[in-house]
Amino acid sequence: MARVLMKGTEAIAEAAVRSGLRFFAGYPITPQNEIPEYLARRLPEVGGHFVQGESEIASVNMVYGAGCAGERAMTSSASTGISLKSEGISYCAAARIPMVYVNVSRGGPGVGTIQPSQMDYLQATKASGNGGFRMRVFSPSTVQEAVDMTYKAFDYADQDRNPVLILSDGVVGTMMEPVELPPMRTDEELAAIRESKKAWAGIGHPFDVPRSWNQPGIWDTLKWEQQNKDNAALYESWVPEVETLDLEDAELVIAAYGISARIAKAAIKALRAEGYKVGMIRPKTVSPYPYAAYDEINYDTCKAVLDVEMAIPALHLWDVEKGVKDRCPIETCLRSGGIVIQKREIIAAAKKILG
Amino acid sequence: METNILVAGFGGQGVMTIGKFLASAACDATDKYITFFPSYGAEQRGGTANCYVVISDEEIGSPMTDEMDDMIVMNGASLNKFLPMLRTGGRLFVNSSIVKEEIGRSDITVVKAPVTDMALELGNSKVLNIIMMGVYLGYTEVLPVDVVWSTIEHKLGKKPALLPLNRMAFEQGLQIGRAERA
Repeated sequence: MARVLMKGTEAIAEAAVRSGLRFFAGYPITPQNEIPEYLARRLPEVGGHFVQGESEIASVNMVYGAGCAGERAMTSSASTGISLKSEGISYCAAARIPMVYVNVSRGGPGVGTIQPSQMDYLQATKASGNGGFRMRVFSPSTVQEAVDMTYKAFDYADQDRNPVLILSDGVVGTMMEPVELPPMRTDEELAAIRESKKAWAGIGHPFDVPRSWNQPGIWDTLKWEQQNKDNAALYESWVPEVETLDLEDAELVIAAYGISARIAKAAIKALRAEGYKVGMIRPKTVSPYPYAAYDEINYDTCKAVLDVEMAIPALHLWDVEKGVKDRCPIETCLRSGGIVIQKREIIAAAKKILG
Repeated sequence: METNILVAGFGGQGVMTIGKFLASAACDATDKYITFFPSYGAEQRGGTANCYVVISDEEIGSPMTDEMDDMIVMNGASLNKFLPMLRTGGRLFVNSSIVKEEIGRSDITVVKAPVTDMALELGNSKVLNIIMMGVYLGYTEVLPVDVVWSTIEHKLGKKPALLPLNRMAFEQGLQIGRAERA
């Protein structure tokens, strides 16, 4: 497969189509507009449907409906727009309806800035809506990773019957990089996927009792408690994905995800070249979070863990603390407001700790 | 080996196109790591526009560092804003039709080309960016010229009538770049 130069947002959109996306509804917001723009043209080519909803809330609920009908469905937005969608996402989680959504996050809180940021971490990983549901949340560092994660997000959504979030940012979303695209799922494969959902989805059936579970609430408290227990068991079964680098001899471990992680990686390379022993933990899923990776750190040699992120106050730090469990000090290197962190800033922060 | 390139000017000068064509040609012709990152405000034509291109033998960290190896500057505002980001020993390519300011740095190489005037002489003000690409490639040889031309040809495929004009613009730029290098 030849590599092609693609913008992150367009690559996500194409990967989604190849994975079987046939219904998209969204509402414009920078910096993710190329996802709806691309799909408005692309989906009709494969017999799919694109709708620009009258609002974020309308579009997420259209995706909820398409998911109920057994289609691979997606919506996307950025930060403040994701907040508006949170009700619909919570409804999908409650009704156990598969759907995928993308947050190309920008500066916050509020409308914030249109530039890249990682201020939505806690919203993405801990409470993407009311009611304590969890999701698998993938955070790509490269456009290729955005493609690969989006492609498999639909499989996870169907397997779990739960929403899956691609937590991107304004850099990975708007940059172009060479990518290799995954194969297009055939019509036969998609038909088989639809067929597999017939037990619960509204496909060619009159509305009946089992399918009435496709509603975001049950008035029987015992049933609802059981549903929450089943959900909790599902969440527990998920396996986190992580990349670790040189933890054995590390005197400093950098913990970072998404765009910050790729910049940190370049910083680590420069530091290693100067003889500094620096390692890295890069969560690829920020939910479930790879806490166990922190057990691989050699705390006899490690002076500190450095949390690098584009968020002030630090948010990823909450999970880093939970992973480190007071076994060494934690320092931070932060930028915010739409400013992309620089390699030299990370190098300086590392040297300050290592002396 | 990693080359960080910034292209800056105002909207409508084809700044993004220069960056995209370079990144595209590098993707087509090499196995290198490449990033293209656009940066612009809410403005369109007339607002500031700039983009970053990184071409590297190794995995790329940031697609938008603040320490540039090469800089292509199409207007005065961009020169003032970005010149401090050009590293010592870096190379500056300036649209001297518009940028009249003193460069004021002796630790960099400066290549000047009046690309706005040249484009007007060719009869189409829009080709200034293609001339500048020629200047840049003629001087730096960062990518093979024929590969970049076939990328331009491919991208302009829908408007073949414009190809001869763009070819002329590209050649004129190359001549300036090569002459400056010699």
